[in-house]
Amino acid sequence: MIQLFANANYDFIKWRKWAYGLTALLIIPGLILLAVKGLNYSIEFTGGTLIQVQTAKPVGTGALRQALDAAGVRGAEISAFGSDTDYVIRARLGTQATPEGGGGTQATAAAVDQALKTGIGEGQYKIVRTEAVGPKVGKELQGKAFLAIFFSFIVTLIYLAMRFEWRFGLAAVLATFHDILTTIAFIRYLNLEVSLVVVGAVLTMVGYSLNDTIIIFDRVRENLRKYRRQNLYEILNLSINETLPRSILTHGTTMATTLALVLLAGEVIRPFALVMTFAIFTGTFSSIYIAAPLLMYIEKRWPGEDARGARAFTGRPASQPAGPATPPSPTPAPAPPSGPRPKAAV
Amino acid sequence: MSTIRSRLIVIGLLFVFSVWQLLPKNETQRVPDPTTGRMKDTSVRRVPVHLGLDLQGGVHLALEVDQTKGPVPDCAEAIRRAERVVRTRIDEFGTTEPVVQIVGRCRLIVELAGEKDPSRAKGIIQRTAFLEFRITDMQNLFRNALPEMDAALRAAGVKGPAGGAANAVAKLFGDTGKKKAGPDTSLVNAPGALSSLLFQGQLAGEFLVQEENFAKVDSIIHMPQFDRVKPRGLDLFWGAQVESRGARPYRALYAVQNKAIITGEELTKATARRDQLTNQSVVEFTLTRRGGRKFGEETGRHVGDYMAIILDGRVQGQPPVIRGQIQNQGLIELGSKPLTDAQDLALVLRAGALPAPLTVVEERAIGPSLGRDSIVDAIKAGAVGVALVVLIMIGYYRLSGTLAVAALTLYVLFTLAGLAAFGFTLTLPGLAGFVLSVGIAVDANVLIFERIREELRHGKLVRTAVDEGFKHAMNAIVDSNVSTALTAFILYLVGTGPVQGFAITLIIGIAASMVTAVFVVRTFYMIWLQQRPAMTTLSV
Repeated sequence: MIQLFANANYDFIKWRKWAYGLTALLIIPGLILLAVKGLNYSIEFTGGTLIQVQTAKPVGTGALRQALDAAGVRGAEISAFGSDTDYVIRARLGTQATPEGGGGTQATAAAVDQALKTGIGEGQYKIVRTEAVGPKVGKELQGKAFLAIFFSFIVTLIYLAMRFEWRFGLAAVLATFHDILTTIAFIRYLNLEVSLVVVGAVLTMVGYSLNDTIIIFDRVRENLRKYRRQNLYEILNLSINETLPRSILTHGTTMATTLALVLLAGEVIRPFALVMTFAIFTGTFSSIYIAAPLLMYIEKRWPGEDARGARAFTGRPASQPAGPATPPSPTPAPAPPSGPRPKAAV
Repeated sequence: MSTIRSRLIVIGLLFVFSVWQLLPKNETQRVPDPTTGRMKDTSVRRVPVHLGLDLQGGVHLALEVDQTKGPVPDCAEAIRRAERVVRTRIDEFGTTEPVVQIVGRCRLIVELAGEKDPSRAKGIIQRTAFLEFRITDMQNLFRNALPEMDAALRAAGVKGPAGGAANAVAKLFGDTGKKKAGPDTSLVNAPGALSSLLFQGQLAGEFLVQEENFAKVDSIIHMPQFDRVKPRGLDLFWGAQVESRGARPYRALYAVQNKAIITGEELTKATARRDQLTNQSVVEFTLTRRGGRKFGEETGRHVGDYMAIILDGRVQGQPPVIRGQIQNQGLIELGSKPLTDAQDLALVLRAGALPAPLTVVEERAIGPSLGRDSIVDAIKAGAVGVALVVLIMIGYYRLSGTLAVAALTLYVLFTLAGLAAFGFTLTLPGLAGFVLSVGIAVDANVLIFERIREELRHGKLVRTAVDEGFKHAMNAIVDSNVSTALTAFILYLVGTGPVQGFAITLIIGIAASMVTAVFVVRTFYMIWLQQRPAMTTLSV
């Protein structure tokens, strides 16, 4: 039978400083870019008009721009959408992209239609999607998206505090917060359009990442009871190693589905699928390299009942090279009868 | 054996229930009859999974009470009434499975699946049938103020036509013969920017505008400067129809009092009929007691005056003269118009006496072809994704993986049945969530199988290893699924349309995966172990 990483015994926690550096390298430039350029919000959030056009022949964005300019619809964003006969025209509110004489978002839609009729020719194009969102609705959505992320944090924090204890909950939520930061950086790097569905993907990512952290923490909780003599550092490593095959398998299958969505499910759902694919990366990464070390740090600062040894011992002793996880106590404790030791060093 | 049997019975029942949920059913739909054009009920056999607008195409509108023309004191009440109105109206005009729903306090969502023409739909809904009766400008205040208004417009930079006599308003009637001759100077005989475009109509407060000048006049009367010089206490409304006087099309403009003597709020009944004596189409209406009293008072005071019947800001027909006090019953005369017009008017008056006009704050229209493409793409992606999952699971866990895959087919069935049973709508993000959840659904099985492997590695017997594996994996499975469900639930509460669809699919998927991955796979194992009690190695 195929076995991946059975009896694995990597010292994950040792690399935490590297992990922090790596993640900072991803997040900080992303956030700077975010501060400078902001996010590419969809018209759902900004208010405005979106028109998706399918043309009979490839016309190019230049011709469309010309048609719109000629009709006095200026400042609209025109981009190809998946193929060279599909285009999306976006006119966000507040970008002057209104037809002459003003008018609301729907007037813009009508003006674009009129402009295409004269510029491209009737029958040469088909409007397949129209969205017109007023400024009020956009503002509301921004607030709602923020609320959703905030509440999901509070609720999971409470749930985790109930199921585990607050130290675990805090570590898990902080790790998830890290995931939100990396995901926002990722969205910024790719300049993905932030629509409501993408916010949905970010929230799903929150659930998925928490899920992954919980699996590891669940094992930590179990191992803390099972191996009374081992310190937290070793328990964390042991737990991550024990759940490693599961992580590989689950992330493999989930990644297979999200990649299928990225490649095959079409342009509308692609930003969502891209964010989810990245979410699997960052969720896995943070569960191992952020959540677990954070838990160790929290237990060190505010030692809980289960944190024995964490205060006195935070790192692997120098005399103990990466290898078998044996108790740090001067007299090696006998292995618990039911619990086998991870044996092979890798 | 008995536990296995009862488990199998439960699974069997769930299976039968799910299949039954997904069987094509007869559903009643209102469709327009091709021969008469009227709406009729037909029953259609189809699979009862509702597709969202993004998958089958359609129009989504969010409407609010229009507060730009004065605040509406209780928008929640207004929108509740609007909901009833819009629902009746949409039923009458014929779209299948319309959604009319109040969200939040003051917003109305209208979703018309399969509707190809958003502007038609919008017209139907936005024709609010806001009915009001107003007395026309009997004192000719507007007409007398025209020179003043012309001067103000000139000062504001609106140019009138060059030349022409100083006369304020051209008399149109009486010299129609001249007019037929073409655009001669006597028509544009006023130098004023506005007055040169207007012709006095047949009654006080009625003016006629040539159709080609309609846009120009309309923009003038909507200028902010115009508002300041317009006589106080008057409003301007266009006539509903383009009329032809002589060979030219004209549009009527009415100056009416800015207070309605009564609005459609007070209307309780409206019926269309053809008047036997005059052979006119008429709409009879009945007012509430309160409305009737008020109407009686006002009409009593205005005997001999003309009363404009204004529907959605357009004056219907020519304002009739008030012959006597009208109580709570009234008549709208439509002249020689066909009876169907009267019936339509009666319908919108009945269904559509909206307390206030509605404005569209959000509009989405998705063409049916885009929806079809989305489904095809999503199914393609789903098939590839699921195939990969199946390959990984069977390749890695062999026979146990096969059990998990078997459970996965049940998972797909249960999830779809759940969507159908609760009447939830499947949207494009929902489909994506569904594909994603297939990947996540095997997580519970992965957790269990890994645990069993561990137990086996520790030298446990197959039966014990399976028991322990399930037992120990449960904690992690419950915790992780509950936390995912919680975020999905929040997404459902906060999100709108497509995102809610995604959240619902995720929640149902989580519930279904708990049943299949734990309960069903466990039962498979029990049967397996029963068949091979002496098994020493497990294919996991």
